[in-house]
Amino acid sequence: MDYFELLEKDIRFTDGLKSCMSCGVCTAICPAAEFNDYEPRKMMIRVQKRNEEDLVDLLKSDTIWNCGQCMSCKTRCPRENTPGMVIQSLRKVSQETGLFIHSKKGMQQLAIKRSIGANIRELGFCVHPDRILPETHPEQGPVWEWIYENRKDVYERLGTNIYREGSGALRKIDEESLQELRNIYAETGGDTLFQLIEYYTSE
Amino acid sequence: MEQEKKYPSWQNYQKNIADDHYYYAHSCIRQTFFPGSEAALLNILRNELDKDVFDDPKHTSCNGIGYHSDIVPLQTIMTVVARQFALMTEAGYKNLLASCVTSFGVYNEMLHMWEHHPETLEKTRDYLWKATKREFNLPENVNHTSDVIYKFRKDIFSRAKYSLVHKNNEQPLRIAEHVGCHYAKIFPEKGVGGAEFPRVLTDMIECWGGEVVDYPERRHCCGFGFRQYIIRENRGYSVANTRKKMESLAPYKPDMILANCPGCSMFMDKWQYTIGEMEGKTYGSDGRGIPVLTYEELAGLVLGYDPWDLGLQMHQVDAEPLLKKMGIEYSPAKKYLNAEGKYIGKPMVPHFCSL
Repeated sequence: MDYFELLEKDIRFTDGLKSCMSCGVCTAICPAAEFNDYEPRKMMIRVQKRNEEDLVDLLKSDTIWNCGQCMSCKTRCPRENTPGMVIQSLRKVSQETGLFIHSKKGMQQLAIKRSIGANIRELGFCVHPDRILPETHPEQGPVWEWIYENRKDVYERLGTNIYREGSGALRKIDEESLQELRNIYAETGGDTLFQLIEYYTSE
Repeated sequence: MEQEKKYPSWQNYQKNIADDHYYYAHSCIRQTFFPGSEAALLNILRNELDKDVFDDPKHTSCNGIGYHSDIVPLQTIMTVVARQFALMTEAGYKNLLASCVTSFGVYNEMLHMWEHHPETLEKTRDYLWKATKREFNLPENVNHTSDVIYKFRKDIFSRAKYSLVHKNNEQPLRIAEHVGCHYAKIFPEKGVGGAEFPRVLTDMIECWGGEVVDYPERRHCCGFGFRQYIIRENRGYSVANTRKKMESLAPYKPDMILANCPGCSMFMDKWQYTIGEMEGKTYGSDGRGIPVLTYEELAGLVLGYDPWDLGLQMHQVDAEPLLKKMGIEYSPAKKYLNAEGKYIGKPMVPHFCSL
């Protein structure tokens, strides 16, 4: 398999890596580099070298899953590269080829697919109060616990349209709109990626 | 940003913000954590400023959180964005108003890709037609909700009941601001003042009587990190980044923090609780937390709206000390009432810190 060919099909890769001179500004500004064993500068060098064997190692590694997608690197790069976009393309190829299952952090994609992915398909939203359980979100604190336990009262008090169809915040998305969203996923590869994440992680 | 005649180079930092007729796109995070801000925005635009805003029940999430956590392919989010534009086209609107900074970044990213890779626009039109039988025009103007509050800040202040001044000593309140990364770091030309000199929040603060507090990590990310927060074992990244910001801004003793991104506002509020429980540390000069407000919450307070209509009871860090500094008349007894005026109980207090 030609992994570079797969990468080059993604315009985030070709737009994100024009020519890196390895100045390290991206690493200097990167929040992920500050708290993790991760340097966008090193990642860009490895990809720019075009060594297929090393690319496979990178696609199997935790390295590509450390970026927080803040895109601070885009603003700062003097060559108009965007390491954060190169990361997106590496993650895409890693998932499509199944190499992500060699990484503990890569395997976390299954949990994201089953939480955020399920929210999108079932509710039409990435996030919804019903899905932020206090027991899995202790960091949200006691006020969130109070909101969660009294959510119908709290959200109605604040003028939302929670659980009802029509306009307004937290409205229930109508079935026709949800079906259009699902059709988009079926047509554009969204469903395929979900299936691949399930398939490879079940191996 | 006001047109600057003296220095032409500042033209690069100006932004055209539509004056009226907005197609409004809700935010998943904002409607979950700051629903009062969404309501206040619509109230300010429609009822205070007499603007036309269309709230379309058919639009969905932009899917941005899924996209930046890499479970949603590029072509999929492009087509979801195209569907939002199709709904806007069908409703007869040309000015998109995004409630979320992640969405704002996503909409601008797709438009940028379509401009520079026109074949992707044609492909997306085909996908959208196959999936929904819809067609779309590109928006003429894309704004974040903080852009319009910035644009109308003087009109808002002309109706003000309160200002950002300490009622005891008449000194301006000291406010630290935080601009969400995806507002201007991806496409600096799309944000007021760009990524280098963002004025979107500072001009609101100064217009309404407050003083902007500069601090070393002002432009550092709040630490959301998408997958770095969604996955529980990764959350150390998220709290570490907010902690870095709090450590940086606390020595300047701000009275509050103002943010323009719903995720940032939520994290800087909630992580103060987590840090308090983990380290017994609070960052306010009064020994409590530092309140974190959205720009509509602040605009609403200035306009004299009831703090509990704005949703300040949903904040983990209590905003009441700020209300008292501003001299706002409010009823503490109404804080935990539902829409029918019935008391629904109140949250537990944190174990190790007083926020």
